[in-house]
Amino acid sequence: MHGWVGKLLRIDLTSGKIATEALNPELARDYIGARGLGTRLMFDEVDPKVDPLSPENKLMFVSGPLTGTFAPSAGRYNVVTKGPLTGTIAASSSGGNWGPELKFAGYDLIILEGKAASPVYLWIKDDQVEIRDAAHLWGKQVPETTEQLYAETEADAKVACIGPAGENLSYIAAVMNDMHRAAGRTGVGAVMGSKNLKAIVVRGTGAVTVADKPGFLGAVDHISKALKAGPGTGYSFRMYGTAANINPMNAVGGLPTANFQETHFPTAHKVSGETLTATLLQRTKSCFSCIISCGRVTKVTNPKFKGEGEGPEYETAWVFGPDCAVDDLDAVTKANYTCNEMGLDTISMGSTVACGMELFQRGIIDLKETEGLPLEFGNAEAMVEAVRLTGLGEGFGKKLQLGSYRLASLYGHPELSMTAKKQEMAAYEPRAAQGIGLEYATSNRGGCHVRGFTVGAEVLGRTNKMDKNATVGKAALLVGVQNGTAALDATGACLLSSGAMSAADYAELLTTATGVAYDAASYLKAGERIWNLERMWNLKAGLTAADDTLPPRMLNEPIPKGPSKGAVNRLQEMLPEYYSLRGWGPDGVPTAEKLGELALNV
Amino acid sequence: MARYLTQIKDLRPTLCYARRTVVLGGRAYVKQGRNATMSMMLMIHPDKCTGCHNCELSCSMEHEGDFRTKASRIHVYTWERQGFSVPMMCQQCHDAPCTTVCMPKALTRNLANGQVDLDAAKCIGCKMCVQACPFGNASWDFLTSAILKCDTCNSDPACVRICPSQALTWVEDTVSAQVRKRAFATKLKNAFLEA
Repeated sequence: MHGWVGKLLRIDLTSGKIATEALNPELARDYIGARGLGTRLMFDEVDPKVDPLSPENKLMFVSGPLTGTFAPSAGRYNVVTKGPLTGTIAASSSGGNWGPELKFAGYDLIILEGKAASPVYLWIKDDQVEIRDAAHLWGKQVPETTEQLYAETEADAKVACIGPAGENLSYIAAVMNDMHRAAGRTGVGAVMGSKNLKAIVVRGTGAVTVADKPGFLGAVDHISKALKAGPGTGYSFRMYGTAANINPMNAVGGLPTANFQETHFPTAHKVSGETLTATLLQRTKSCFSCIISCGRVTKVTNPKFKGEGEGPEYETAWVFGPDCAVDDLDAVTKANYTCNEMGLDTISMGSTVACGMELFQRGIIDLKETEGLPLEFGNAEAMVEAVRLTGLGEGFGKKLQLGSYRLASLYGHPELSMTAKKQEMAAYEPRAAQGIGLEYATSNRGGCHVRGFTVGAEVLGRTNKMDKNATVGKAALLVGVQNGTAALDATGACLLSSGAMSAADYAELLTTATGVAYDAASYLKAGERIWNLERMWNLKAGLTAADDTLPPRMLNEPIPKGPSKGAVNRLQEMLPEYYSLRGWGPDGVPTAEKLGELALNV
Repeated sequence: MARYLTQIKDLRPTLCYARRTVVLGGRAYVKQGRNATMSMMLMIHPDKCTGCHNCELSCSMEHEGDFRTKASRIHVYTWERQGFSVPMMCQQCHDAPCTTVCMPKALTRNLANGQVDLDAAKCIGCKMCVQACPFGNASWDFLTSAILKCDTCNSDPACVRICPSQALTWVEDTVSAQVRKRAFATKLKNAFLEA
């Protein structure tokens, strides 16, 4: 096979059995890879009702057909499993260099089953696969683990591991690769921890081939030019990182503030990408094959928050900034470092701290309950300390590590958790932009902006701008974006590249790389197939249309002040149209006709 | 840039008089002059490198026809803790240890362009060059039984063409250090102007 390596690695951690299998070319064609292929295999092999943290759940690390080639910004892999935070199918995407290394080692994906009796790590050097003891690594933070593993295996190996948060089975734990890159969302790190698997270390010396070399090189050439010419992909993400979005979102009153109580933060500019570039930024960094280079290598010298590492990106700058009402960039960056070191998802972590702050503000919890942690909005030291405690599972961190929905429910106030399907929403206010509200409500992995990023069309984009406050046309917009994103994730590409690339571009890359003929229509059809498969998994897992909703604050409490004053999300105006456009019944279940049209065997 | 080159030319001692670079369709052809001691060289700028590995991918595609970064003639090393990356490739040494130890004379110094040429037909695979290179920039590829060493893609390096960060540049060797010197001098200038 071209593009795909054509082989998968199956490891039963209970018995220690290691096997390789050929990749089914038909599945690869229909589900492309990464998020799509992983979900299909989960559907075929795992009962959707499985307890996510039980040995019966499987954990898959899946690359895409473009991973390992120089298709621009397409070096990603997905961690696919049943997510403990949401109970939905989880596909968490991460960049860095780990995914390509897996393909150079000769595998499209790894399927992990069962549970090791004691902590172990995997060492994969091409066709040599070992399960090694990891007792000495258990409890270590991500940078120490990573460096120790370089020393024990090869300096050029790539490491994906969990930190203390994953070991503690925190619902918001991430899988970290290359020290600073996270497959963050839906708590995939806890699944890895539940299997007693500390790390997967990979080193590969093989090749990824493409079917049509001149065609592929030609496609890469014109797509690279388009990316370099794009205002975001060619300039602002490199200059200011993704946090370039802070100021424009704040300007329209779409930047959730103080746990979504407000939507405009007067001093947001202090944690913006522009400020970051002017102060803490040391240099920019890229994931494998990326020409955008949004990675921020930063250093904080302020003794209170001293550290070095990567970040913050937009979501992180927002969640530890405006969402916690903090405008100290040093503290925000330190909180980001701590998340990376502990192996925590920054969005869920920050939003859980913000939820804790609101519980504290309302007097629902007090200093006694937080064990002395003054969780006031704007208290930067308490915020950073809360992240550290969560990572280690100490003090009030034992409760914060449950995520905001379970935290707020402990005190009888789930409505104060800013989540959809129990996952924390991202940095785009659903009351200020109607489409993103519909996205959070319908996303197959809960509150998440990267399943259908409508904000490009609603606020940030320069062309085809839609009225962000209108509900008309948003369902159609979202369905298109969700399908496109599902296909994009499956190729191994980065969502940021879609700022300057069309479905036809991705289809051209796929066709020339794999030799399988895709066009824009069949590419988007694959995306729709993946979306419906994820939906079917969730329905079988026990979710219903009643879960396609937003926190009551988004639906009932008008924005109190700022540029978007008075707005609420009018989800009910959009949801029936969304179901109908998807070819689903009013109960949110895909119809037999739709499944037939997609050749989706479920 | 043109003005900058003129300045350097003015300062250039007669001994080093040489080279005009003619750019034709993106390719740089170097013409030899009197007392030629200069040529083109690959300049690395680690401060600009983002660690994207596009140079490795491009190099392996150019030479091997597939994406196999281990067979690339250029390698990028990244220190994750500091987020710092350094590209490494053959420096085309003037007094190259690899040419000294190469018994069948497969590695030779090309006086015309200042590079170290590898004649694969003469190579016996003894790997002495791998042992001798102080930088580790010659390596042995087990898969193809060949020595891997940068050949500058016939003076049009694929890595330079693809580098999205200008961390790799293809410059006249007399200019190479001047670029860095000028960059540092600019900092000094700014410090004095601000003071």
